[in-house]
Amino acid sequence: MNNFIQAASLHLLFKLQMKTSLNYFVAVIAMVFTFASCSSDDNNTTNPTNELDGLVKIQQFDNDSHTIELYSKNGLLQQGYNDINIRIKDKQSAAYVKNATITWKPLMHMTMMTHACPYSALTKTNAAGTLYNGFIVFTMPQNTTEYWDLEINYIIDGVNYTAISQIDVPASAKRTLNTFTGTDGTKYVVAYIEPTAPKVAVNDLKVGVWKMENMMNFPMVNGYTVKIDPRMPSMGNHTSPNNVNAVQANPGELYTGKLSLTMTGYWKINLQLANTSGEILKGETVTDAVEASSIFFEIEF
Amino acid sequence: MKTIFSFLFTGFIAFSYGQEIQKDTLPANELSEVIVVGTKTPLHEKQFKTLASVDEFLQKSNKIDLIKRGAYAWEPLINGMATERTVITIEGMRIFGACTDKMDPITSYVEVSNLAEATVSSGQQGTSHGNTIGGAIDLRRRDGSVQKPGLDIALLTGYESNNNQKIAGAGINYKNETFYINTDVMFRDADNYKAGNSKEISFSQFTKMNLSATSGYKLSENKLIEGSVIYDKATDVGYPSLPMDVSLAEALITSLKYEVKPLGGKIRSWESKIYFNTITHTMDDTKRPFVPIHMDMPGWSDTYGFYSNVKAHFNDHHLSGNINGFYNRSVAEMTMYPADPNENLMFMYTWPDVRTLYSGIHLEDHWQYNSNSALTFATTLGYHGNEVASEFGLQSLQIFYPEMSSTKSRFLKSFSTNYSYENNGLISGGGVAFGERAPSVSEGYGFYLYNSFDGFDYIGNPNLKNEQSLEANVYIGKTYKKWSAKVTSSYFHIKNYIIGIPDPNVAPMTIGANGIKIYAALDYASIWSNDLTLKCTLNDHFTWTSKLQYYLGKDNDNGNLPFMSPLSYASSLGHSQNKWNGMLSVKGNATQTNFNPTYGEDRTPSFAILDASIGRKFNWNANRIQVNAGVENMLDAYYSTFTDWNNLPRMGRNFFLNISFR
Repeated sequence: MNNFIQAASLHLLFKLQMKTSLNYFVAVIAMVFTFASCSSDDNNTTNPTNELDGLVKIQQFDNDSHTIELYSKNGLLQQGYNDINIRIKDKQSAAYVKNATITWKPLMHMTMMTHACPYSALTKTNAAGTLYNGFIVFTMPQNTTEYWDLEINYIIDGVNYTAISQIDVPASAKRTLNTFTGTDGTKYVVAYIEPTAPKVAVNDLKVGVWKMENMMNFPMVNGYTVKIDPRMPSMGNHTSPNNVNAVQANPGELYTGKLSLTMTGYWKINLQLANTSGEILKGETVTDAVEASSIFFEIEF
Repeated sequence: MKTIFSFLFTGFIAFSYGQEIQKDTLPANELSEVIVVGTKTPLHEKQFKTLASVDEFLQKSNKIDLIKRGAYAWEPLINGMATERTVITIEGMRIFGACTDKMDPITSYVEVSNLAEATVSSGQQGTSHGNTIGGAIDLRRRDGSVQKPGLDIALLTGYESNNNQKIAGAGINYKNETFYINTDVMFRDADNYKAGNSKEISFSQFTKMNLSATSGYKLSENKLIEGSVIYDKATDVGYPSLPMDVSLAEALITSLKYEVKPLGGKIRSWESKIYFNTITHTMDDTKRPFVPIHMDMPGWSDTYGFYSNVKAHFNDHHLSGNINGFYNRSVAEMTMYPADPNENLMFMYTWPDVRTLYSGIHLEDHWQYNSNSALTFATTLGYHGNEVASEFGLQSLQIFYPEMSSTKSRFLKSFSTNYSYENNGLISGGGVAFGERAPSVSEGYGFYLYNSFDGFDYIGNPNLKNEQSLEANVYIGKTYKKWSAKVTSSYFHIKNYIIGIPDPNVAPMTIGANGIKIYAALDYASIWSNDLTLKCTLNDHFTWTSKLQYYLGKDNDNGNLPFMSPLSYASSLGHSQNKWNGMLSVKGNATQTNFNPTYGEDRTPSFAILDASIGRKFNWNANRIQVNAGVENMLDAYYSTFTDWNNLPRMGRNFFLNISFR
């Protein structure tokens, strides 16, 4: 019995040693975290310019009374899903407007016609702040003769204003957008949103699905399923386990799923779009004979 | 520390009751086997092939089989159980190979020039350096402190015709009253070997260099401090039965030992050691004519450890206690190169920087309660902790195990009792034991490890339970006039037997692989190992030795376990007269019918091969020259054995010449 107790305490001793070093580690992390969160709290309340932390200005444009500033994480717009922040500066007072009601309208000017694309409403990021946030899914890139412009309409204290400017929307290097006509005859837009920094892990996947009602209206599609099959074409087209197809948690929301990536490199995420009754509207199952689906996303990391 | 000592002390007290009969010398543990390995013992001169590889020496044991993936670095099996179920140590030091494909068993990092002998212990009798299921091998160097004083220089050279293997070695030993140093160097270089009928086996070449130095200093009459270094480097090693070769396998093995012997009174010896070893292993596919995708697969394994071992005699109790611990870091990576050079490299951790901390205590009481009979009680208790230190690697594994945490700890136990009896040429005994082991790094944390034997990618499983073995063994032997015979039999009932189980829901990663296997536990498996040794001294000059071995392994569905020996035999007639010695031997296997295709095995046909050798000793002034020459596989049979990976054919006819000069 004594032996057993001694053995148990020996065991505990080793455990304790391991734990002690772990405790130090946790303490250090906690301290770092505390300092970090303190400083960011302070800045948020006292210095609103730090709203721009992690954001880069894309461009700015004017009307007579205001300057419109556009921001994104990388300072660029491109074909596909774009998370965009806007703020409005009063030219006279040089202050940023906090009480505007803003709408926007991206428009593609093609040689024969114009059309819009899926985009969200603009909402204020922070009640006390100056930033307004939304997304636009540019369904095609600009070219030498065709371009996008962005019209901003806003109301401040009951007065309507408008500003408009051409914007730069180059093609994306990797495919992050699929526009196609489904077997139901409807034209759909399926866009890749997250992960923006993929890892060798189970990544949280976010995609968006919209349909084209007409040239100007692209409402979100509810209740569909975006089936995913990530593959590595450079290595025997192998797949990965435990992926979860993207679905909506609630109508009107973006679609979320799980994307497993077992190594770095170039992945092709083969897609199939299924409607509410599970019918495949577009996309093929990948098999030995079918190397890829006709709709897919690409990521490389 | 106090806790440890009080534990040791309670242990001694608990065992130190009993009778008054005192016996100083112990009969050899009848289930352990000591085999001569290497050139550092006078006994080696009685060997028929003095410069054989460590693997060839180990093969002589009745308990050991070797999995062969090429001409080099064979993986020892004890009682039919491979690396993860055994403990292989170099003088008590734990060392772990750095290759995810088991291309570098630690026996590949030593040379016959370093070693004197190997102690092979079956089952739970091998737990003194760590928890095991199948048994243990401890490779031992010659005790430098007992050599003759003065300077001793040895030169070794050899040649093997089949693969044009050139062997060269040298040793310089010096000893005076308080100091000694042993150094040696060994070099081997071999081309491809040829199987029977002159069929060349491509990618079976190897080059290996080994350096070692051991130096001791006597601090006082009974106190000794000894430092030791082994450096081993193999380059350009082909593995013909695997899809990849090895461009570098490098090990640095160091230790510092403090020894007190004998102490007055009841404590006979106290030996403590701290050690460090580091292994780098780099696989290479650049020389293969066709690879679906080029990849780099380096691995690293660093181990820090210690042990402290006390031996004491209390009346008729021969006690030994050993506390030991190690900390190991195992990392392996895989980088694949896409055909399009503009594409990003494909990278993963195959061993996600796994840290293992082990601390254990081993206590043994050999109680010689009368002049014929003895009982041995032993226990090993160990704490085993794993941590996945790489965040990248942890997240990779969490693809399979979302709830997995980075750490896992286990408590490992082993208990054994053995009885032995010796009287008038009859020896007999038996024992029962219980033991546990933790999963290996690959079994717990491997990530897409391709096994070319069954063609599956293996995924580790961090949730595996401890594997547990219930073991019973018996032996009986009789010496009668010129004859002696001994039979040993061990039965292992292994609960939670760890093995890869196919998961049809997961697709493989490796191009052309058959599927995915996830490490899982069978409810149980059983292994029954049997061997028989017969010896007859025919006259003053001729000795006849024969061995038979037969293993049976079954899983819980009565399917066969892999690598179980069919009826295998070896019979040799040895002759020694004056300065001559000679040997003629036949060895072979019956057809392997107890194979299991699920584990990648197929039927292995029977074979028999003939070897012969002759040796002579010359005295030249004060020097001795030992010359051995022989032929192996005399009839050039084309064959492979049940342990040959993917039915790799064994070497055909081979003439060898070994010369040692000292």
